[in-house]
Amino acid sequence: MTSPRLTLTRRAALRAGAMLPVLAAPRLLRAQPAAVKIGILQPLTGALAQDGDLGRLGATLAAEAINAAGGLKELGGARVELVVADARSNPEAAAQEVEKLQAEGVVAIVGGFASPICLAASQAAARYDLPYIVDVGVSDQITTRGLRNTFRFAPGFGTVTNTALANLVRLNTAGGRAAKTVVLVHEDGLFGSGLAKLMQTELPKLGFEVLETIAHPTPARDMSNVALRIRALNPDLVIPSSYYGEFVLLARTLRQQRIRPKGIYAVLNGAASNYRFVKEFPEAAEGVMDCNHWHDPRKEEAVALKKKVEADGRLWAYNVPLNYSCVKLVADAIENAGAADRGKVTEALAASNFRGHIMPYGPTKFINGQNQGAAPVNTQVQGGDIKVIFPESFADAKPIFPLQG
Amino acid sequence: MKPRDLLPLLLLLGALALTPLFASNLLLNFLVSALIIALGAQGWNLLGGYGGQLSFGHAALFGTGAYATAILQVKFGLNAWLAFACGIALAALAGWIIGYLSFRARLRGSYFALVTLAFAEVLRILANAADFTGGAAGLLIKLQPGLANFQFASRAGYLWAVLACILVVGLMTLWIDRGRFGAQLVAVRENEDAARALGVDVLATKLRAITLSGAITGAAGCLYAQNFLYLDASIAYGTWISVELLIAAIVGGLGTVLGPVIGALALHGLGEVTKGLLGWLTGIDLVLFGIILIAAVAFVPSGLVGALRRLRMRGAAR
Amino acid sequence: MYSPAIVAEAMVNGLMTGAAYALVALGLTLVYGVLHIVNFAHGALLTCAMFAVLGMEQGLGIGPYAAILPLGVLFFLLGYALQRYVIGPSSHGEDRNTLLVTLGISIVLENALLAAFRSDTRTLGGDMGFDVVELGPMLLSRPRLVGCAVALVVAALLWLLLARSDTGRAIRAVAKERFGAQVVGIDPRHIFAVTFGIGCACLAVAACLLLPTFYVNPRVGNAFVLVAFTIVVLGGMGSVVGALVGGLVIGVVESLGGLLLGESLGQLGIFLIFILVLLLRPTGLFGARA
Repeated sequence: MTSPRLTLTRRAALRAGAMLPVLAAPRLLRAQPAAVKIGILQPLTGALAQDGDLGRLGATLAAEAINAAGGLKELGGARVELVVADARSNPEAAAQEVEKLQAEGVVAIVGGFASPICLAASQAAARYDLPYIVDVGVSDQITTRGLRNTFRFAPGFGTVTNTALANLVRLNTAGGRAAKTVVLVHEDGLFGSGLAKLMQTELPKLGFEVLETIAHPTPARDMSNVALRIRALNPDLVIPSSYYGEFVLLARTLRQQRIRPKGIYAVLNGAASNYRFVKEFPEAAEGVMDCNHWHDPRKEEAVALKKKVEADGRLWAYNVPLNYSCVKLVADAIENAGAADRGKVTEALAASNFRGHIMPYGPTKFINGQNQGAAPVNTQVQGGDIKVIFPESFADAKPIFPLQG
Repeated sequence: MKPRDLLPLLLLLGALALTPLFASNLLLNFLVSALIIALGAQGWNLLGGYGGQLSFGHAALFGTGAYATAILQVKFGLNAWLAFACGIALAALAGWIIGYLSFRARLRGSYFALVTLAFAEVLRILANAADFTGGAAGLLIKLQPGLANFQFASRAGYLWAVLACILVVGLMTLWIDRGRFGAQLVAVRENEDAARALGVDVLATKLRAITLSGAITGAAGCLYAQNFLYLDASIAYGTWISVELLIAAIVGGLGTVLGPVIGALALHGLGEVTKGLLGWLTGIDLVLFGIILIAAVAFVPSGLVGALRRLRMRGAAR
Repeated sequence: MYSPAIVAEAMVNGLMTGAAYALVALGLTLVYGVLHIVNFAHGALLTCAMFAVLGMEQGLGIGPYAAILPLGVLFFLLGYALQRYVIGPSSHGEDRNTLLVTLGISIVLENALLAAFRSDTRTLGGDMGFDVVELGPMLLSRPRLVGCAVALVVAALLWLLLARSDTGRAIRAVAKERFGAQVVGIDPRHIFAVTFGIGCACLAVAACLLLPTFYVNPRVGNAFVLVAFTIVVLGGMGSVVGALVGGLVIGVVESLGGLLLGESLGQLGIFLIFILVLLLRPTGLFGARA
């Protein structure tokens, strides 16, 4: 069973998020206006469960924060209630869960994580004109289908690659044009292949020579051959786009084979800006750069949230601030709409100008469902910590490039 | 075929067809998903239940049907109904090819099971790498509800479409069950050498079964594509679909007309129940599901239809 | 396209990976050859074993190589119990039921691990994976070399056990002629369970050897199952030597296929071999004539 879909397709709303607070709520609250339900759809089981869990964490923290601050003020202090649903890491189950969330009467759905899940779920939600806020899913198909209900808060492929390339050129110029040749390593699913295709056409225009593009399956059992090819090609730069396990395997193998390119410049990588990787393999992680989603370290709320998550012994990854922000965005739209009404919330989202999020995006502005201000951040692992190196406006470290081999 | 034989099938499908009168979209959606699996399991049952050839790779047929429908519509602008027909035909062809290669090599039992699994995996890898399948990005069929596009605004439309397919296949299975072809198939299942001695053309019988099986499971794939409007390689050709089809058929009762339908409904229903009970404990609901599956096999080894039959006989004897 | 040095190194890599595959396949081929069942739970059991290795290291401070013996014994007992008290009784001697039961077990195990450990990808602490042995221009990973050697030893022991010991003779007797064996006083249920136990013990050893250079999460075992099936078929079902040779061959094929066609399409090579072997020589390289 290599497929991530052995999990028998079964679906139902997980009510943890919903039931516990309700049970705990004192009777007094009955006098309050009815709680507003927001659907949280994440792959909590199956191949993507790690990311789904982080997404749920972010959403839960946001709801706690909103309720602690007095709920939705425009709706007389109504509480936000999350209805958590498990997408089982597959699009079919995700579409099914949307039906369940619809039956639960949620006013919007947040989440999805993987692009195929976002594609299927937002389409299912479109049948009910139910607003759907994509948390991560980077495929540009998501916002080019003309679905009125679908909004993406984070940047898509196109934006991320453009930023990544622009920053790469700046990095290289500052580093004395040390890098000329590149090897692309990518997982062969939607996310990796799409990214590699874009890179292949764009990099030569910027004066880089792509020596080879190496695809690998997820899960991959062995990275020795990829490392071997990299060693044979001896590129200045390696650009990997893989999920967590595979990138860790690759970085460890490169290190073990003493292959030291002048830079490892990851794009939307599953591990390159992950604290677990940095903690467990500090030597393999040192110097690795990533262009990815990242919270805004200038915002106090973001820093406080990160501290809180780490104090709870949980991992901090981009899924947390993204989902945190998305839930707050929905709450803001509901406030602006003045009612938990789908049509009005969709309109409010489309016209949204929300500043209260913790990502480095500026106020939200949606055109065709895509948040225009959304942009990725460049990070680099330095001295066992993940530092922001671009944009300079809030960087907390200078890039180290080229690496000393 | 006596009217009496038809009764259970017509009653069950008739009752299901009436659900849109009162059921919520949630329930309808559940039924549509479960019944698509039921239809695919009917295809599996024809080959595996009647013919005794246990396949682990029916995803190869399901996926071919699904991809054919989607590609013909998306890339060639073919009408959805025509694409549906082509999808069925291509899946039948895929079934014939796999059957021809493996039955001619006299693969049986586990060997046949494993070779079908490998065929499905090869197709999955190819579909993930090729361009015309949309590669890893998959294929999106445009959402355009309308009878002409084989898309329905309401869930009931899909439900009736699936039920119609199940009815046709059910009638066909009954007819096979009572007819000459069915007798040949069962003979092949019970003892190939004896069947050959009796003058049954074993290869031709198996080939007919796998081709028909391909058409039916392919139809399920087509309906899946029309319902979810999104496909990628690990959905269409993933191992999960092969596994779901075979458990539905086996749990329901091998070589029975109603088995696959009852099996698929029971499994999906059980999934909902365990999830409703324990879903908030990520993973534990599936543990319970697995335990119940094992217990079901231990205590109802002949499948649900067999168990129902025994209950009825016991009732009648009283 | 590639220099001979690279191709040679890819082949060595393939052999080392293949040795790990062979260990996973050894357990499977034995169960297959004797019980004639397709064990769907094999991957989940491997995952269990890998978590056990992780637990030994993090909880008790016992390294993966020191864990081979205790875990081997533990998994033998686990496998024995599983076959004797769960799979055997509930499948009523029907292949299709065995299939469902092992599938059910894999669902239970995989999700129990998910519930207990969450879905995080974990690795053994320390940088054991970075130890290398320099062999001319090649840098060979020490843990993988050790793995290769242990795999050979385990295969040899298993072969000896089957060929020379009484238990081995009984296992072979049951595999060939279940009822005949019963007549001479062998309890097939016991032998089946012993076989399944040995299969699980092989998995435990494989887990100990894999983990220093690999990672573990609740679904990781699945990555090895199809490959293991291919090896079982290639080597001939039930053949220990076949599993070892098959494992090495598949490792090299995968490695060279990956080098020449890319890691994704390289996987095709495995399945094409699988299909061709089944169609042309279903008994495999070392299998007895059916």
